[in-house]
Amino acid sequence: MSAAGFGFVYGLSAREAGFSPVEAMAMSLIVFAGAAQFAAVGYVASGLAWPGIIILTALLNARHLLYSAALSPWLRDVPFARRAGMAHLLTDEAFALSISHFRRIGRADERGYWIGAIGSTAIPWNLATLAGVLLGAQIPDPARFGIDIIFPAAMIGLAVGLITGRRELVAAIVGAGIGVVVALATSPAIGIVAGGVVGPLVGLFVPASLAHETAPLGSEASAEHYAVPGIHADPVAPGAPDP
Amino acid sequence: MSTNLVLLAVFMFAVTYPSRALGLLTPGLDRLPKVAFDYLQLVGPAVLAGLAAVSVMVVVGDDEVPAFHVGVEWVAVFACLAIVARRRNLLLGLVAAVAIVVIAREAGLAALPS
Repeated sequence: MSAAGFGFVYGLSAREAGFSPVEAMAMSLIVFAGAAQFAAVGYVASGLAWPGIIILTALLNARHLLYSAALSPWLRDVPFARRAGMAHLLTDEAFALSISHFRRIGRADERGYWIGAIGSTAIPWNLATLAGVLLGAQIPDPARFGIDIIFPAAMIGLAVGLITGRRELVAAIVGAGIGVVVALATSPAIGIVAGGVVGPLVGLFVPASLAHETAPLGSEASAEHYAVPGIHADPVAPGAPDP
Repeated sequence: MSTNLVLLAVFMFAVTYPSRALGLLTPGLDRLPKVAFDYLQLVGPAVLAGLAAVSVMVVVGDDEVPAFHVGVEWVAVFACLAIVARRRNLLLGLVAAVAIVVIAREAGLAALPS
C-alpha cells in the first residue's frame, strides 16, 4: 500500500518536473530505486548535467552492494541467471523483507523472494507511477493543489527516515546548509552536488563514540530506514543464525 | 512525447545494477574499508536534505540569478519533517504539507509560485 502511495507521489512529482509518462515510467521500470528516482526529479528540475546525476545516483545506490553481499550466502545455490534477475529487484524493501524471512525460517526461500520483491514493491510501484504521471498531466494548475510542495516534502521526509545517529544528522544539516549557500552563490545544481559531497565528509568527523549509530548500513534496520515508510519487515527472531 | 530521459534512466540503471548484483554474483565483496561504508551511510541524508533545502530556499528568476526565498513552503516542509520524525509516516507528512500550502494559498496568505 505504501509503495503504491509513494509511487503515485513520485509520478506526480515527475510530471510536475516535466517528465513525460514514458520518461517517468522508464525510471520506475529500468532504475527501480525510489530515493534515487525522487532525487533525479530534483536534479533534472534544477538543470544538473547528466554526469552529475549519474555520479550522485551511483553514490546514493551504492548501499545495495551491502544488501547483495548480505543475501549472497543465502542465495548461493540459486542458478546464476536467476540471481542476476533477482539483483534488479533488490530494493531496500526486498532486502528487509527477504533477510528477515530467511532468518525466521532458517533457510533461503527463492519463491518467497520473488513474491516479496515483485508483489510488494515492483508491481505497485510501477502501476502507481503510471497513475500519478497520467493524473498529473490532467491537472491544469498544479501549484493550486500544492503539487509543487510534494517533492521537497518527500525529500526531507526521506532524509529524516535515514537519520539513525548523529553522523547522519550532521551530514544532513551540513548538506542542506552547504547546498543552499553554494546554490545562492552559483546555481541550484552545483549546490545540490556540493551539499551531497561535503555533508558526508563533515559527518565523518563525528567520533564513533558520539555517533550513537542505531542502524549500520547494510543491516536490516538500515534497510527499513531506506525503505518506503509504512513497509516493515517482520521482526527477526533473536539469535536466528545466518547460514 | 519526450523520451530524452529514457537514456538517462539507462545510465542510472548502469550505475545501480552493479551494486545490486556484485554481492549476489561474486561473493566476498563486502570487505570494503570501513570508512567507505561510513561515507556511504551519510550520502543519503546529505543529498536528500540538500535537495529539500535548495528546493524551498532558492528560487531562480527570469534573470537566471538564484535568490533566497522565504515562504509558506518552509512551514509545509517543516511540518512534514516533524510528522515523519514523530510518527514515521511519510505519506501523512506529505498530506499535511500539501494541506498547509493549499490552505495558505487559497486564503491569500501565500502567493502561487511563479
